[in-house]
Amino acid sequence: MNFKLVIWRQHGPDEEGSFETHEVAGIDPDASFLEMLDQLNARLGREKRPSIAFDSDCREGICGACSLVIDGTPHGPQQVTSCQTYMRDFVDGATIKVEPYRSNVLPVIRDLVVDRSALDRVIEAGGFISTTTGPQPNPNAMPIAPKVQEQAMDAAVCIGCGACVAACPNGSAVLFTGAKVTHLNLLPQGQPEREDRAFNMVNQMDEEGFGGCTNFGECSRACPQEISLDVIGMLNREYRKGAAAQRPKHRSEMIAQ
Amino acid sequence: MIKLDAKIPEGPIEDKWQTWLDRHSLVGPRNRAGKNVIVIGTGLAGSSAAASLAAEGFRVKAFCFQDSPRRAHSIAAQGGINAAKDFANEGDSVRRLFVDTMKGGDFRSREANVWRLAQLSENIIDQAVAQGVPFNREYGGSLATRSFGGVLVQRTFYSRGQTGQQLMLGAYSALQHQVAAGNAEVFNRHEMLDVVLVDGVARGVIVRNLVTGEIERHAGDAVILASGGYTNVYYLSTNAMGSNVTAIWRAHRQGALMANPCYTQIHPTCIPQSGEYQSKLTLMSESLRNDGRVWVPRSPDETRTPGDIPEAERYYFLEERYPAFGNLAPRDIASRAAKTVCDDGLGVGGTGRGVYLDFRDAIAEHGRDTIERKYGNLFDMYSKITGDDPYRTPMMIYPAPHYAMGGLWVDYELQTTIPGLFAIGEANFSDHGANRLGASALMQTLADGYFIVPHTVTDYMTRSGDAVGTDDSAFEATQDKVETHIAALVDVGGSTVAQDFHQRLGNVMLDKCGLARNAEGLTEALGEIRRIKAEFWSDLRVDPGVEELNQSLEYANRVSDFLELGELMCHDALRHEESCGGHFREEYETPDGEALRDDEHFAKVTAWEYKGDEGDPVPHDEQLTFENIKLATRSYK
Repeated sequence: MNFKLVIWRQHGPDEEGSFETHEVAGIDPDASFLEMLDQLNARLGREKRPSIAFDSDCREGICGACSLVIDGTPHGPQQVTSCQTYMRDFVDGATIKVEPYRSNVLPVIRDLVVDRSALDRVIEAGGFISTTTGPQPNPNAMPIAPKVQEQAMDAAVCIGCGACVAACPNGSAVLFTGAKVTHLNLLPQGQPEREDRAFNMVNQMDEEGFGGCTNFGECSRACPQEISLDVIGMLNREYRKGAAAQRPKHRSEMIAQ
Repeated sequence: MIKLDAKIPEGPIEDKWQTWLDRHSLVGPRNRAGKNVIVIGTGLAGSSAAASLAAEGFRVKAFCFQDSPRRAHSIAAQGGINAAKDFANEGDSVRRLFVDTMKGGDFRSREANVWRLAQLSENIIDQAVAQGVPFNREYGGSLATRSFGGVLVQRTFYSRGQTGQQLMLGAYSALQHQVAAGNAEVFNRHEMLDVVLVDGVARGVIVRNLVTGEIERHAGDAVILASGGYTNVYYLSTNAMGSNVTAIWRAHRQGALMANPCYTQIHPTCIPQSGEYQSKLTLMSESLRNDGRVWVPRSPDETRTPGDIPEAERYYFLEERYPAFGNLAPRDIASRAAKTVCDDGLGVGGTGRGVYLDFRDAIAEHGRDTIERKYGNLFDMYSKITGDDPYRTPMMIYPAPHYAMGGLWVDYELQTTIPGLFAIGEANFSDHGANRLGASALMQTLADGYFIVPHTVTDYMTRSGDAVGTDDSAFEATQDKVETHIAALVDVGGSTVAQDFHQRLGNVMLDKCGLARNAEGLTEALGEIRRIKAEFWSDLRVDPGVEELNQSLEYANRVSDFLELGELMCHDALRHEESCGGHFREEYETPDGEALRDDEHFAKVTAWEYKGDEGDPVPHDEQLTFENIKLATRSYK
């Protein structure tokens, strides 16, 4: 197969970027999108021209490193990660536009590589259970219904790729944050920190500069793990409870503490 | 002459670890903040070690080349994690897990380490559940388990087909918790390029900031390498694109011995290669062999679609050859059996290098819903990659390089031959002998990271002396060496990209040091690798800028180390004149084609000493002893 690629090139974080056109020929339909870019880079190398920088690691859809925007859609047309997007999904001879995520909170480092450390900082604000290594209770002493486990797992599968942010017209990270809050707050282990978790993670999200949610639903449509919009509802409920819990209580309660 | 002392505590095997714990020296809570620990790699081993040490109050710096610690390749582990909890009431025990692991490894691992691993396996599950890891549950809410290869009990805990992801996110969240607490600092997009030795003791590392290209010095009272395995030496493997040998190889060049490097695992159930353009192979979890049946057509001339081939004309080669274990034969055996039937011309798929993994009978017996609940995400993944629907037509699979049992030699305390330098997880030569059983990698990485290395590093730091500052001349000299190597890569100025050399190396390794090896092929491979290496250093093309993000430089740097590792693996495979586990020398096989061990000469660990670019590496032996299990020929029939 042959394609014309219109690719974003940007030398560094503070430099102006622009689109550059490259043609690739003789591509196997079963090659992945990233393997097609590998072939282009090998050719650029032979021609002693600078290769195109892009992130990828596991190339099986689980690490969340790859982060292209293909023809305007984060990851590409199939709602799978960029690495699991195959050339057979495109029309032979097509012109394909390849860009990095566009978000002020996830700035471009070079070409198609962006800085997603803001997502780590949101987790740092409360996306964990405050336990440390050491003897722990017998796990069967705390039964968890399979249905609850399934719901928690449906949210826990988030790969942290950031496509939700890139897809959102507001640049919001509520699907990402909602998924972590849903995972932990549904489980018995997550109860003691339930209120603070949602409150602190949402505040951190705001501090990073992620936008608010106005229910476009683009995030879930772009999510390669098909995380449901339900996690945003859960996040909102948990945040309200968390915010309420932050307010000063009755005087008697304050003394008791 | 180097003397390898494994430092195994005395006493009965059940008590050795407790004996060690009772005697080790401690650092008081007030003094811990003054001790700095460097952790390289943030997979399950690195994150768990970093989080555990930080929680004790030590100051931890964790480095990863990925853009977030959560992306380390442990995230891709699928099937599960073993623990001797006997929740399935089958009479499982620490001893049974010990025996299975020793036998699975074809009696090439250290008894005391394996026993400790089996003991600690139980704590790992408890720890993970406390972190909120959503393991699958039975209807009553208790933890579910399933079976894996090479064992007759169900001791594998799992989160759908994403167990590695969930354990990884548990360890990552524990690390982020410590970052929030101010005890740990994460350096993402940083790659370790050398370890700094002062008077032979590890005192820090030199890393490259992959975004700015800056070469940085970091000092520490101890350095832990948790940088994973090296099967990307085969070019195509199930590892991530970035998985590399650089951290442990640079440590090896500085004097850390490398043990059993030729022991690599070729995993039986991967999606077959479909073309030259392919950049990696994808694993399909071994758990699928619980319900999937492996077969090929009996006739090499078969042209019908699999569904049309009648039962009598199907060769269920694992069930026929290994009736006791059937489709759950261990990985080395299942992989070799697949290779054999394909060599005999019975292979399926476009390349003839594939076998069927068929769920027809399981779906008929248990219903599609049950199969979907157990393996849904794996089936989805398979159909996304191949475009086939495994609910209707059998999967096609073929073995692919997956895991390195070899790695840096470590003693019982997981310390390498360089004082102050520890290696954990897949980076060490580990507890898996010559073949790792399924669902044991996650167990070992987390045993090392949560429960072993935090104590042994603490013990070491009580006698490590004063820390050395980064202004020490050793840091400067090591930094110079790193910068010279980078400049050399850029200065070659040729026109072949690193990927091409990597691919050529991989072809040689897979062909001559892969599923089957022989002396003639290995000797040829040594010559071929040297030729590729010479061309690499005369025609390599790397993008010029070193003070910026430069992925072609990162890649070339890793390939330069893979080329050296490839040679060492061939030396090692030549020296092991026997067949055991994943190391199958064609000269040494039983009449029915099974591995023929030579316990008299090779019941030992071979640890290699680096002797410079020109000199041949020198082997040193650690004799293995078997007091708690009898050496026996492995049989899964």
